[in-house]
Amino acid sequence: MEYKFVRTTCPYCGCGCEMLLEVLDGKLVGTYPSKSGSMNYGKLCIKGWNANEFVHSPDRLTKPLIRKNGTLEEASWPEALDFTAKRLAEIKETHGGDSLSFLTSARCTNEESYLMQKLCRAGFGVNHIDHCARL
Amino acid sequence: MTNSIPEIEDTDCIFLIGSNTTEAHPLIAHRVFRGKLKGATLIVIDPRKIQLTLQADIHLRINFGTDVAFINGLMKCILDNNWHNPEFIDERTEGFDQLRKSLEGYSLKRASEISGISVEDMVKVAKIYATSEKSAILYTLGITEHSHGVDNVKSLANLAMLTGQIGRPSTGVNPLRGQNNVQGACDMGGLPNVYPGYQVVTDDNVRAKFENAWNAKLSNKVGYMIPEMMDRLIDGSVKGMYILGENSVMSDPDTHHIRRALSSAELLIVQDIFMTETAELAHVVLPGACWAEKDGTFANTERKVQRVRKAVDPPEGAVPDWKVISEVGKRLGLNMDYSSPSQIYDEMRKLSPSFAGINYERLESGGIQWPCPSEDHQGTRFLHQGRFTRGKGLFHVINYRPPEEMPCADYPVLLTTGRRFAHYHTRTMTGRCPTLHNEFPTPRAQINLSDAEKMGLKDGDLVKISSRRGELTTPVQPGDIVPEGSVFMDFHFMKANPNILLGTSLDPVSKTPDYKVCAVRMEKVIEQNSATQSITEG
Ligand code: SF4
Repeated sequence: MEYKFVRTTCPYCGCGCEMLLEVLDGKLVGTYPSKSGSMNYGKLCIKGWNANEFVHSPDRLTKPLIRKNGTLEEASWPEALDFTAKRLAEIKETHGGDSLSFLTSARCTNEESYLMQKLCRAGFGVNHIDHCARL
Repeated sequence: MTNSIPEIEDTDCIFLIGSNTTEAHPLIAHRVFRGKLKGATLIVIDPRKIQLTLQADIHLRINFGTDVAFINGLMKCILDNNWHNPEFIDERTEGFDQLRKSLEGYSLKRASEISGISVEDMVKVAKIYATSEKSAILYTLGITEHSHGVDNVKSLANLAMLTGQIGRPSTGVNPLRGQNNVQGACDMGGLPNVYPGYQVVTDDNVRAKFENAWNAKLSNKVGYMIPEMMDRLIDGSVKGMYILGENSVMSDPDTHHIRRALSSAELLIVQDIFMTETAELAHVVLPGACWAEKDGTFANTERKVQRVRKAVDPPEGAVPDWKVISEVGKRLGLNMDYSSPSQIYDEMRKLSPSFAGINYERLESGGIQWPCPSEDHQGTRFLHQGRFTRGKGLFHVINYRPPEEMPCADYPVLLTTGRRFAHYHTRTMTGRCPTLHNEFPTPRAQINLSDAEKMGLKDGDLVKISSRRGELTTPVQPGDIVPEGSVFMDFHFMKANPNILLGTSLDPVSKTPDYKVCAVRMEKVIEQNSATQSITEG
């Protein structure tokens, strides 16, 4: 049996409460507020207290999908990544980088947003990158 | 935020405008309560009787979308009574004479007619805000989600500079950001005009630095914002789009327009953890990992960079998003071979002075607020101490413009939108948390009791709401939260998503859509039973 707490930051709102995820044998079983977090000093709201609940949802996507003849079909990772890169390159080749746009996510990490804008700017020579900041 | 969340409890006056803090930012609301307990005066400016109005010393029920008229009124009162701060204005700002001039002939009576706030109340609030030792402005989407959102924000900055309520602890102009990492996505250059650290793409030196680091030719032209991307997908000048973790179909206004835009794409790549309405339109769907399954950092609304730590493995087949993006990048010949998120962070901070001093090792002992220019720098609790980032703070003359779409004979009711405490955005996550789902299983449109009586509606009855763009059916919740002649809807449920009704009028500068004001018609649904069933299934 493996039982541990992992300190992290709430995935929901901009308060950025610090929390401890309770992990039992590789599964999340609970969420607790961090007492030492300067922002929330031992408190969470209803969303934070239940943050672990969606993680192991059976609805999670686990296979890349590619649209073939109008329907999304399961594909392997190498196939999906090759297809993605090939199609992006083709569109850049035929219509120029200006014909591509990128949306990063206010839900993902800083590191991932950094990579999205690098992909857009360095890969296609355009600044067409945005996210839902204004929404 | 210019200041920090804990500072809120030590202020003397909390000026809260357009923010339903208890529902959208519960732990910031907590600081507001503590501030109140320690003796701060709490002023809430909101058309709705939100929960905080019960604790407020003063609640001003402002008319929807009239913030600029009201704030100009406050500034007029402040100037007329000499409550402004001449030393601060002299030393730290420019453009004051133009502002003063523009307000000379400003009629308080007119401001009062537009905003629905009496002249006496304006004078009272102006005095408390201006003459308190420390006053802090807090605002949320009620200020920015308008077709004149930028005007609203500039007006609030005017107010703070006029009175010197900025650049000290427990003061400032403090936007409370909605999603967990909106701050971080902006910080990292997820915007069409700036690289990471808000370095502008039009600056030749900055661009040369990034070109060198990335070994690529970069553009000096500001890119497209979301609404322009959507329009260009429809006119065919944009062919492909790569969307990371956003459910645009549900969260953007005018759902039909967005659906049409995304369906026109030659290539739509969607990377997400669930099959969303947006992913259903994609040509490629890439399953990402959620926050509990990867390492990284978030920045909260007070600019504090904090660690996100991997607690469990992603489900088999799902891959952390940073790995997916770098795999795509590598295939396109980019130098994107990373073994860990901390390596990515290090690359970023070498290029971004604001984050240069932050690294994973330091974050082990707690979050750090940027700017943090060097590894021996403690981080920055509040901004603009001694001087503004741009040198002198600039006053802007802002004239009131009414919202683009106001109620009229055909669409007599004003619709406004927002969120509910148990849910988050399009419910892709919270709808799958049984606890949260049970708290709030169906949508409810808030209407005023007197309107409900006139229409013969009781709690839970269905109405059809239509606008110039679409229609939907939703149960109502009569009460005294919204004023007569208006309706409030949340955007958490697809079957009753008000984005179908909203227009696409945008702020001319920030391109933020107007989520807060639109004109609709409301009719009682005759066949209550069959319609109820279809809603509760959503
Ligand atoms: S626990 Fe609640 S208040 Fe804290 S960050 Fe999460 S959603 Fe926001």
